[in-house]
Amino acid sequence: MTTNEVTTPIESEPARETNYLNATTGIMSWLGTLDHKRIGVMYLVSVLMSFFVAGLFAMVIRIELMWPGETIIDQDTYNQMFTLHGAIMVFLVLIPSVPASLGNFVLPIMLGAKDVAFPRLNLFSYYLWVTGAVMAVAAILFGGVDTGWTFYVPYSTTGVDDRGAMDGVFFLTMAVFVLGFSSIFTGLNFIVTIHRLRPPGMTWFKMPLFLWAIYATGILQVMATPVIGITVLLLAVERTVGIGIFDPSLGGDPILFQHFFWFYSHPAVYIMILPPMGIISELISVHSHKHIFGYRFIAFSSVAIAIFSFLVWGHHMFVSSQSPLLNVVFSAITFSVAIPSAVKVFNWLATLYKGSISLNTPMLYALSFIFLFTIAGLTGLPLAVIATDIHLHDTYFVVAHFHYTMMGGALTGMLGGIHHWWPKITGRMYSEVWGRIACGLVFVGFNVTFFTQFVLGSLGMPRRYHDYSGPGWAQETTDLFHSLHFVSTMGSFIMALGFFLTAGYLIHSLFRGRRAPANPWGGRSLEWQCPSPPPVYNFAEPPHVGDCYDFSVLEWDEQEQGYHWRRDLAHDAGEA
Amino acid sequence: MSHADAHPDFLRHHFHTPKQQFEAGKLGMWLFLATEVLLFGGLFCGYAVWRGNHPEMFKYGSQFLETKWGAINTAVLITSSLTMAAAVTAAQRDNRRALVTLLSLTLAGALVFLGIKYIEYSHKFHEGWFPGMKFYEKPDLQHAKTWDHSKPIIGNEPFTAAAGATGQASQSAAPTRGGPEAEPSTVALAAIGPAGLRPGALEPPQPAHDDHAEAHTTHPLQDPQRPRNAHMFFNIYFMMTGLHGLHVLGGVLLLSWLIIGAVKGRFSAQYFTPVDLGGLYWHVVDLIWIFLFPLFYLI
Ligand code: HEM
Ligand SMILES: [Cu+2]
Repeated sequence: MTTNEVTTPIESEPARETNYLNATTGIMSWLGTLDHKRIGVMYLVSVLMSFFVAGLFAMVIRIELMWPGETIIDQDTYNQMFTLHGAIMVFLVLIPSVPASLGNFVLPIMLGAKDVAFPRLNLFSYYLWVTGAVMAVAAILFGGVDTGWTFYVPYSTTGVDDRGAMDGVFFLTMAVFVLGFSSIFTGLNFIVTIHRLRPPGMTWFKMPLFLWAIYATGILQVMATPVIGITVLLLAVERTVGIGIFDPSLGGDPILFQHFFWFYSHPAVYIMILPPMGIISELISVHSHKHIFGYRFIAFSSVAIAIFSFLVWGHHMFVSSQSPLLNVVFSAITFSVAIPSAVKVFNWLATLYKGSISLNTPMLYALSFIFLFTIAGLTGLPLAVIATDIHLHDTYFVVAHFHYTMMGGALTGMLGGIHHWWPKITGRMYSEVWGRIACGLVFVGFNVTFFTQFVLGSLGMPRRYHDYSGPGWAQETTDLFHSLHFVSTMGSFIMALGFFLTAGYLIHSLFRGRRAPANPWGGRSLEWQCPSPPPVYNFAEPPHVGDCYDFSVLEWDEQEQGYHWRRDLAHDAGEA
Repeated sequence: MSHADAHPDFLRHHFHTPKQQFEAGKLGMWLFLATEVLLFGGLFCGYAVWRGNHPEMFKYGSQFLETKWGAINTAVLITSSLTMAAAVTAAQRDNRRALVTLLSLTLAGALVFLGIKYIEYSHKFHEGWFPGMKFYEKPDLQHAKTWDHSKPIIGNEPFTAAAGATGQASQSAAPTRGGPEAEPSTVALAAIGPAGLRPGALEPPQPAHDDHAEAHTTHPLQDPQRPRNAHMFFNIYFMMTGLHGLHVLGGVLLLSWLIIGAVKGRFSAQYFTPVDLGGLYWHVVDLIWIFLFPLFYLI
């Protein structure tokens, strides 16, 4: 059996062995690749590009709101801006983000497999994503969309007579349909991979927690996404030929649309957050060099969240004329989702306790995740209480809540994961100093931007408003909202600076970064056992599987600037 | 140990054994079929809500579907499921001739099904039942653009445009939710009829000569018993059977591809995964029809 790479440190060879990056060359070797690692990298690049575009839209929105009255864009453009910002961030960025990019890259390696179960399906889902992205662009070109990312009827069924049925709304809903299938196939692929491609010795409870998270996410993707598929399909048919299922002017039921939409979109928020939670479990344990606390609790809480999340969609509809009984039931079940979420947070804290914490960039992101996600979850509770939600619904409080979850949670987790696996993916180390500075900027900027919005929301500032002055607005209110919006926008500039900095040093590292060792952080899961970057088929032979959170067998190598197997144990590792 | 010797052609590099590959494919197919069922699940759910809101229109509309054709199609699909199952066995037994024959029979079943659906659909179009409101008269554009906020949307005073088109509107709606006090909801609107339509849009064209009027009374649009929104029944009928029809069309492509593979001898007792998975798909498509048939034709 081959010895593990960690046991034979690479003695700073000048030339690299062939790896997945240099094994074949040329643009076609990427576009037609079946290698999960390359597909993961393509997803990462595409998702980050969409993030950039939607981020620009967000800045336009924030600048518009800095002053009362019309600042840089008119009302109609404003409506299109927040719609596209939301739709792109949700469907093109956050839903595929972690599973399709980082998950694709590390899942098979962590598992000890050569690839995902269906490599061609994997590439196909990537191209479905691309098709969806192109259709989203088409939506912008064909007159834009101003329904909000939720496509509520009747916003999404009216306007047909002025604009024709084949307009932006049609293209964007069909984009969501296509992107949904991309997500379904990714989830399906991962579930089958985890079930069928585990090498001997890799039992369910030996899997790193990231894989449990991806598995739970896969269940959500497969079980919830078809519903949004049929919903947007019905919506598109409603727009084009008028079947009258949702459109009240044809006798349809617009509330049915909301039920259908949230039946998917609530689980979808857990599609976004579960994989980053999995990343955090890895980061916390690896960077505090301590065994994860409560492995089984964390693993099962992922599955519990996945199951609960199917039963709470009605909390988005407390003021939609849903029956009071339903409101109470949905409210109660919503509280219960907080339990498995809190189980995770407490286990992470217990893992940190008495760990030997390295405060490097991935760890900083992990800590900021815990902080922000806790606020996010706690502010979800007043929204789940019917009485308070009647006041808070459709205000900036909701906006702040879901940005704390989706940006403070999902995106922060993803950034932590990108920094954690960057050496593995690219084979280069980024600048640790700049990494910490940028992380700090993002953290501060984020809180300034969105904490202010909690205040705005509780004071009654409605979401999706272009202006907060003029007839009907008291002058004091306008002034108050103006100062708060102004602060919020300032925060978003700080955040933007942090992101540009991140992009800068990461790109810089590709050319000038130090060569990464196989195991820079001291991780035990299998991806740290193959070189950085990994070879094409990851493992020639099924690798040796151990307890992936037992760090006592690793030791730091000053010369290599990385961890390797303790020399006194080296033999056991090879033989097993 | 090198396993290159144990790697037959059909075994993809990242699997260790043919069994592992087969099981992965099978699990993948089951998951995919679960998503298909959920996709139709959304439609079935919509059907339930609609039927709950407007029972009269289902009762009335379904009598225009010909149970004869539906029953024949059901029989055709069940038979083709049988031949498909037999085809899988033939593949497992390495019986290439039987495999090709049975797959072709299944394909024939799929084509007959689509043919009959074509007959049914064109008959419906001919009778004046279409899959969406836009196929009837053009909506009253003026009305759609200028929304009159002073008029209550739901309640005692329905849309003026709709009221013009519908006489007994409110009466037919009320009983469905047990009395006029029932929560005002879209139900009332639904029975009133599409507000976007010009008054009289759904009325059949009046015959040019009055003395021929007698001959036209059997036309469904002139039936005095007809509830105002009977056409809505056909919207969901076309939507559900149409999506199912698309899946049958997918089955036709799949079966043709399998037949080509079988003729070329690509399948054997060692490797029959595509036939097996194609079979699973076909059974699910049949199963969905088995639910559609009674829901539309029988009850
Ligand atoms: C303890 C956990 C959570 C609770 C109790 C909770 C509760 C709620 C409630 C009740 C609402 C509806 C507010 C309203 O519209 O009036 C809401 C909105 C929302 N939540 Fe959460 N939430 C939780 C976690 C999350 C997570 C983890 C995410 C995403 C990753 C998330 C994303 C969202 C989004 C996107 C919306 C608003 C959607 C919209 O109207 O545009 N939530 N949440
Ligand atoms: Cu929710």
